Amino acid sequence: MCLAVPSLIKSICSQTAEVELSGITRKVSVVLTPEVKVGDYVLVHAGYSISVIDEIEAQETIKMIGDMLKDD
Amino acid sequence: MIRFLDEYRNPELARQLVERIRDRPIEGLRFMEFCGGHTAAIMKHGLRQLLYPKVELLSGPGCPVCVTAISDLDKAIALAREPEIIVATFGDMLKVPGSYSSLQKTRAEGGDVRVVYSPLDALEIAQRNPEKSVVFIGIGFETTAPAIAASLLDAKNQGVTNFFLLSLHKLCPPVIKVLLDSGEIKIDGIICPGHVSVIIGSHPYEFIPRDYGIACVIAGFEPLDILLAIDMLVGQNERAQPEVEIAYRRGVTSDGNTQAKRIMEQVFKVDEADWRGIGIVAESGLRLREEYQAFNAESTFPVELPPALEPKGCLCGEILRGVMTPLDCKLFGKSCTPEYPVGPCMVSSEGTCAAYFLYGDNHGR
Ligand code: SF4
Repeated sequence: MCLAVPSLIKSICSQTAEVELSGITRKVSVVLTPEVKVGDYVLVHAGYSISVIDEIEAQETIKMIGDMLKDD
Repeated sequence: MIRFLDEYRNPELARQLVERIRDRPIEGLRFMEFCGGHTAAIMKHGLRQLLYPKVELLSGPGCPVCVTAISDLDKAIALAREPEIIVATFGDMLKVPGSYSSLQKTRAEGGDVRVVYSPLDALEIAQRNPEKSVVFIGIGFETTAPAIAASLLDAKNQGVTNFFLLSLHKLCPPVIKVLLDSGEIKIDGIICPGHVSVIIGSHPYEFIPRDYGIACVIAGFEPLDILLAIDMLVGQNERAQPEVEIAYRRGVTSDGNTQAKRIMEQVFKVDEADWRGIGIVAESGLRLREEYQAFNAESTFPVELPPALEPKGCLCGEILRGVMTPLDCKLFGKSCTPEYPVGPCMVSSEGTCAAYFLYGDNHGR
């Protein structure tokens, strides 16, 4: 139920954005993430974008896992 | 390649992380994954079996459909029987057996029940059917409540008067406290819910390490996310330094989503809630504020209900509290299957029984 999938913001018009997920376009409300920009990835839940994915943190986490495994 | 999914599904890194956890000197740790989404992912990828007995994973009450009190479900079903009402609900609620019927059966008997993906879809149904009243069954945790609140703001701004909410929303930190206070479970760490934390951040869990000495890590939902969180929980136990860490930094900040919290607080106030298998928990639910009472389905359409009846032999309550597993239930896989579910834990894709049934687990204890 708390599922939220990363989706790419294609366009924004007022509080509604078009997002793409696996080739499918759908409309979501961005009222909960006013900072969102075209080209961002957001987590979409129940028709609302609930978080803008932090790309730097996303890379950092993968790098951290890699470093952790190297140290073993 | 799907961004932010495939990287976190790398099978080689996952294998190495499993090895790393299995090679740790510490033995027999028990962690609870609060969220049903985590339960489903853990079972799907066989992580429970891979990590046992080094780490034992225990499912918690984090499935909104499963923790909906049967009397509240009966209410939703009774509303669906009213000819002037359209009930709109997330799909998972449809098949859950109430005391006497289900939303699905009620629909087959002529009740107007519509499955929606978003509260905005329900609002649209209301706008298209001005002669009817649309009741949205508001289930879900902190992840979902801001979206519902935002849809009510929309309804208010647009002057929609035939849209109503049955607010059954629940809040996670208070119920974690109740589980820990009950003394029924002994755990060394909690995998905290990722998308609830997107909204609430990490601060609301701080009482757990502070007052109970239990490790907490907020996790995402891909295999590497979950394994990283488990590795961090093991680390906290090794160091004997419980704290709240975030293993899902691409989605979660310590403060959470302040805009979402603001909208949620604008529409709802905190109140007690009735949890299936757990009972009434203080300050664990959301009620509509005074200014939004016009949307209150409960007060607008009062229904008389016969006493609620829990399904005989179903252990969902115990499973939600983490004191039993589906394998303890005599009905599991026999008279209770996803096709013919007896209890809610077998219906929802995030229910513990459904996850055990779909992905099989005979060694996970
Ligand atoms: S297997 Fe079915 S009857 Fe048993 S606890 Fe799970 S949902 Fe209830």
